[in-house]
Amino acid sequence: MAATNPLGVELDHYKWGFRDPEKYVFKARKGLDREIVEMISSMKGEPEWMRAYRLHSFEHFTRRPLPTWGADLTRIDFNDIYYYLKPTDGKGHTWEDVPEGIKRTFDRLGIPEAEKKYLAGVGAQYESESVYHNLKEEWEGLGVIFLDTDSALREHPDIVREYFGTVVPPEDNKLAALNTAVWSGGSFIYVPAGVRVEIPLQAYFRINAEKAGQFERTMIICEPGSYVHYVEGCTAPIYTTDLLHSAVVEIVVKEGARCRYTTIQNWSTNTYNLVTKRAVAYRDATMEWVDGNIGSKVTMKYPSVYMVEPGARAEILSVVFAGKGQHQDPGAKVVHAAPDTQSSVVSKSIAREGGRAGYRGLVKVYPGAVRSKSAVRCDALILDDHSRSDTYPYMEIEEMDASVVHEATVSKVSDDQLFYLMSRGVSAGEAMNMIVRGFIEPVVKELPLEYAVEMNRLIALEMEGSVG
Amino acid sequence: MADLEIRNLHVQVDDKVILKGVNLEMSGGEIHAVMGPNGSGKSTLANVLMGNPLYQVTRGEVLYKGEDLLAMPPDERARKGLFIAFQYPVSIPGVTMASFLRTAVSARRGYKQELMPVGEFQKLLRSKMEALKIAPEVPGRYVNDGFSGGEKKRAEILQMAMLEPEIAFMDETDSGLDIDSLKVVADGILRMYDEAQGGMGVLLITHYSRILQFLRPHFVHIMYDGRIVVSGGPSLAEELEQSGYEAIREQFEVVASEVREDGAVRRAGKVFWVVH
Repeated sequence: MAATNPLGVELDHYKWGFRDPEKYVFKARKGLDREIVEMISSMKGEPEWMRAYRLHSFEHFTRRPLPTWGADLTRIDFNDIYYYLKPTDGKGHTWEDVPEGIKRTFDRLGIPEAEKKYLAGVGAQYESESVYHNLKEEWEGLGVIFLDTDSALREHPDIVREYFGTVVPPEDNKLAALNTAVWSGGSFIYVPAGVRVEIPLQAYFRINAEKAGQFERTMIICEPGSYVHYVEGCTAPIYTTDLLHSAVVEIVVKEGARCRYTTIQNWSTNTYNLVTKRAVAYRDATMEWVDGNIGSKVTMKYPSVYMVEPGARAEILSVVFAGKGQHQDPGAKVVHAAPDTQSSVVSKSIAREGGRAGYRGLVKVYPGAVRSKSAVRCDALILDDHSRSDTYPYMEIEEMDASVVHEATVSKVSDDQLFYLMSRGVSAGEAMNMIVRGFIEPVVKELPLEYAVEMNRLIALEMEGSVG
Repeated sequence: MADLEIRNLHVQVDDKVILKGVNLEMSGGEIHAVMGPNGSGKSTLANVLMGNPLYQVTRGEVLYKGEDLLAMPPDERARKGLFIAFQYPVSIPGVTMASFLRTAVSARRGYKQELMPVGEFQKLLRSKMEALKIAPEVPGRYVNDGFSGGEKKRAEILQMAMLEPEIAFMDETDSGLDIDSLKVVADGILRMYDEAQGGMGVLLITHYSRILQFLRPHFVHIMYDGRIVVSGGPSLAEELEQSGYEAIREQFEVVASEVREDGAVRRAGKVFWVVH
């Protein structure tokens, strides 16, 4: 096994950079070909249609070029990655069922504790497979389904088949094709009509092995008039080599339903995080993405909402932090394909220590989407002279009767603000923290309290030593 | 020895010399007024004393209770009891007044890792807000964000009341206030002064003598072209009110034309000048 990152500073800095000894019941050989894809499918005992779909997607993956825009992806060696790592044979319904070593990891991350306190259900994925999934009885009784996607495929094959690949088809982009070929784990949520899951469901994703890839597939189906808030968190150890996380998330929000999807991504800074997240919102439905990106080496992720029926609404809140060696290229995509649809995007990016952060977004208004309204606001805060912020707002407005507003600001922390806070006895470091916290406050205040605290804590950790 | 001793202070911003040798001594329990026309360096003096990094001190020294004040960063000065009420307070969007005040008061009171207990803080905040007639929604608003001019000035006074300084520099706190707000602010300062029982000194920086009718200063200094050119008792402010800054300017020009060599002292009317 290669040594971990010898830079102790970084190891100290990134709290979740620890790793467990590798003990897997199955570890596929490195690299990707038809055989690996077939092997994943057969190990999972999948139906024939899924096996065929995987192979079809794999073919597309091999033909499709890498995107040439956004971050530099040319250093990813797709043949130097483990595509399937199975950590354990069974999946726990209680934490006692989870193998001790893995349970310890999630204990350190505080997951079981959080579950007891403020969650309706929790899923935990370790490498390729879900190791724990539990939904409180109260919600199970109302017909809510919260499973890992593999179990969902076995237990609810019809629902999975109906929606799988309909929101994000494998032909969408190279990474979506890759995910569809080798997907494993992820969350599957089904909320019956009229059921409102008032407290959040959470899933936690952890990569442990070196050169590992994680390709979870998450699906959320909200039947008419339902509500769910799903939260996901992610961490990984620090290695000198890179990790790849490439998920696909498909969400269907039916008439009058509302879905909120919150991500706090804190992958280690050797992780390529290339994720396709998309929702379809029907009549009067609301889709909300709250996307916090703190970690990773490279993130390319543009949560999207396709508003396909009148009255649909989209809200996307994004906060991103890029430190040393990080290139964060997040964004948003809102597609107005019906009259009276509304979207709002707020993006807050922070760059320091040579990091690169920004916003890349698309507002598309189709002909006939009359009285549509879209407001995009991008604020960038740059903390020193050698960091960078980029904003790429694309707009394709094909309907005259639509209102589209775009506002963007780029600012530096002003000496005046620092002096003001310091003149009240606040130290330079804490003053910088306060200014940054204030900058992201419009997004953080949308997080459940526990996550808001976590987010502020993560930012504070990232900010350590930012004032000399 | 005075608590605060300013000796021959020279200050510039980039290449522009603003303070050209300021001397001043003050102690707790004293109210000083520094008056002068626009551009004479009054605000610079207050900012330099608080450690604003915009200004470079090129000569001179400032001692606070015998310690080298100029070597301390602004937050250390604040924790040691200095305070500035800004003429133009900046806004900090996203940070509530309440969380800011709790952080600041905790720092001033020597809390190291944790903050002052929330109950104790709330009680303190409520009593100070009541005394200063601060609107109840202010703690929940972002620091100075969207505040009117008057609201900003009153928020500065609230901060001062919370931090209980030993010496407060008040930079044109009276400007832009209507007479009612001025009275509330002046009453607030006076109450703090009385409550401190001789423990608080105030350096009032003002263009007009209006606020001095409420806060009777013990000493009045007049600044002109980067120097304190006249110091006196409260009556000096009244004289100035009558003669205006024009008389000072004329007298200043007389000494400025006469004085050439270092160390020479000249006087014309009330203006004296030591060449450095």
